[in-house]
Amino acid sequence: MSEPEEDIIDQVVSQEYKYGFTTDIEMEMAPMGLNEDTVRFISAKKNEPEWMLEWRLKAYRSWLKMEEPDWQNFNYPKINYQDIIFYAAPKQKIQLDSLDQVDPELLKTFEKLGISLQEQKRLTGVAVDAVFDSVSIATTFKEQLKEKGVIFCAISEAVHEHPELVKKYLGSVVPTTDNYFAALNSAVFSDGSFVYIPKGVRCPMELSTYFRINAENTGQFERTLIIADDASYVSYLEGCTAPMRDENQLHAAVVELVAHEKAEIKYSTVQNWYPGDKEGKGGIYNFVTKRGSCEGAESKISWTQVETGSAITWKYPSCILKGDRSTGEFFSVAVTNNAQIADTGTKMIHIGKNTKSRIVSKGISAGKSHNSYRGLVKINKKAENSRNYTQCDSMLIGDKCGAHTFPYIEVNNNTATLEHEASTSKIGEDQIFYCNQRGIGTEEAIGLIVNGFCKEVLNQLPMEFAVEAQKLLAVSLEGSVG
Amino acid sequence: MLTINDLKASIEGKSILNGINLSIKPGEVHAIMGPNGAGKSTLSSVLAGRADYEVTGGKVDFMGKDLLELSPEDRAREGLFLAFQYPVEIPGVSSTNFLKTAINEKRKYHGLEPMEATDFLKFMRSKMEEMEMDKSLTSRSLNEGFSGGEKKRNEVFQMAMLEPKLCIMDETDSGLDIDALRLVSAGVNKLRDGERSFLVITHYQRLLDYIVPDFVHVLYKGRIVKSGDASLAKELEVKGYDWIKQEVEAAV
Repeated sequence: MSEPEEDIIDQVVSQEYKYGFTTDIEMEMAPMGLNEDTVRFISAKKNEPEWMLEWRLKAYRSWLKMEEPDWQNFNYPKINYQDIIFYAAPKQKIQLDSLDQVDPELLKTFEKLGISLQEQKRLTGVAVDAVFDSVSIATTFKEQLKEKGVIFCAISEAVHEHPELVKKYLGSVVPTTDNYFAALNSAVFSDGSFVYIPKGVRCPMELSTYFRINAENTGQFERTLIIADDASYVSYLEGCTAPMRDENQLHAAVVELVAHEKAEIKYSTVQNWYPGDKEGKGGIYNFVTKRGSCEGAESKISWTQVETGSAITWKYPSCILKGDRSTGEFFSVAVTNNAQIADTGTKMIHIGKNTKSRIVSKGISAGKSHNSYRGLVKINKKAENSRNYTQCDSMLIGDKCGAHTFPYIEVNNNTATLEHEASTSKIGEDQIFYCNQRGIGTEEAIGLIVNGFCKEVLNQLPMEFAVEAQKLLAVSLEGSVG
Repeated sequence: MLTINDLKASIEGKSILNGINLSIKPGEVHAIMGPNGAGKSTLSSVLAGRADYEVTGGKVDFMGKDLLELSPEDRAREGLFLAFQYPVEIPGVSSTNFLKTAINEKRKYHGLEPMEATDFLKFMRSKMEEMEMDKSLTSRSLNEGFSGGEKKRNEVFQMAMLEPKLCIMDETDSGLDIDALRLVSAGVNKLRDGERSFLVITHYQRLLDYIVPDFVHVLYKGRIVKSGDASLAKELEVKGYDWIKQEVEAAV
């Protein structure tokens, strides 16, 4: 790195120690590229305590020694990590006066998805009435949560407000050295959500990133940590169905869930990042590490995901079933169209006795896209009487796309019961013609057929989310049949 | 209602329909009979707009509209209904959801607001009673795991729900035992209201014992070679198709 840049970083870092970062800072971006100074810069920007910085640096140093994985079922252009800006302060969004100033194509999509006017305004940066402002809603919600002792805040805030919890749990499920992208995330994570549900508390509402103040500025290296203490329950929603554009091409998030004795965490995701143009150019790479640990006996973690966006989706939300009689679930719909690629699935690691897991994966490929299910079911030596049920269904639209299934099974205890079912089907012209003959147009017909195919998974989503997700599936597959 | 004029169609370059002429007035029931390979199912597919067939000549007028210019879904929305010989299964899609979508798409085409969910359910319940359908139908996935008879009854139920002007029934009797045939026919007869027209395509006469046609046409080698009233069907039952074939060959 050249000298002047180092000077700037030195100045910034020293500024932090003197005054903190409460006053205006002229510099809004980290210099391009990644080195220890970048990590220090990010930590300083967030005014983090020393232990947090050390944690990041340790992750960074292990990342340096690691190699980018290449076992996946697809290729992507090599990412130049020195070409990325790893921290940019939230940009002031341009405020528009009315929806008339918004790209009509975008509005059309919103309409198809049935997104309310207020929500459309929020998403496009149009000034919103104070009553409907998400910030004020969030404040009301926060009060309710506080009463129950639920902590729901930005992880950067938790580092300051609840350091004992963050220290104890951050990296406890996904260690900094877990994999290349998790190490990278640990070094440079921008922000994300922190949730703690106290013993015996049933969280009174679905927690959604949408209601978290500053949620929009979590950046490309999001970090989420959710802890459910004994006998508590929480349902968490991530993402939204509205199409999301982002200038950052690489997104490498980490999500960690910890469920203690008899606790239950339900984590639902709808991912609709920009998939790029028809050739996939400009689309987002979504390389995510998501893992939950069923620490206590009879705990339960349930992942539900609807993946329709991104040029490449590469993720395996997993469950480590440590507690006896704990349960892990994975329900997934992955849709790929045009040149999109999805390599997704789950890992169910059975450690405790009488543990159960269930996997239902629905892959839909259209255009010339590729959709892979990759999953591991591992039964450890001591996991007596464990059970797994896996169902992988693929649906093909057209004849230029691909569906692939890579199920891995490792059984080290012969009392285990495993079931695996798989199917591949094609949307037939017969099915579409049948719908046409009843007055249902082709695009509607595909939406109907695909939603029928995914029903088991969509049923897992909270009601409003499920309705939006259904529409999203139809919109994602528009134009997939000529 | 429907006027077919010198209709010609082929599939993969092979000519199947060689000039069909047929006129159906409101309320009339026409039966099309004929030996295998005569072009019976092709006729129903072409009228419904299946893309596999190429129309190579002729005209079809459906209530003042050029039917062949309309997309398959628009033909349906205009009131043309095809009861399929082999109704397809659509897993995970309930009959309720399917019919609601179909009805609302049709309403949209005619500039009407979508039906309210409660109104729709009331409407569906009354039709189910009228057609004596089992209540479990509403929640079952469309045609999935249905027996042959259930599938055909469900076709007729959809007909009742969508209230078409012209119903084409493509070999509805195939694969039905006598009890199922009776049930399906009873359903169809309930839908005869003096306005609605039917084009009943069948290989066997027995269906026409239950759905009594006003006219019977014999299709052979892609042409209607003989027309008559219901008695023609009886004659065919006794004599088979060979005498017609001979008549046609003799004329050539």
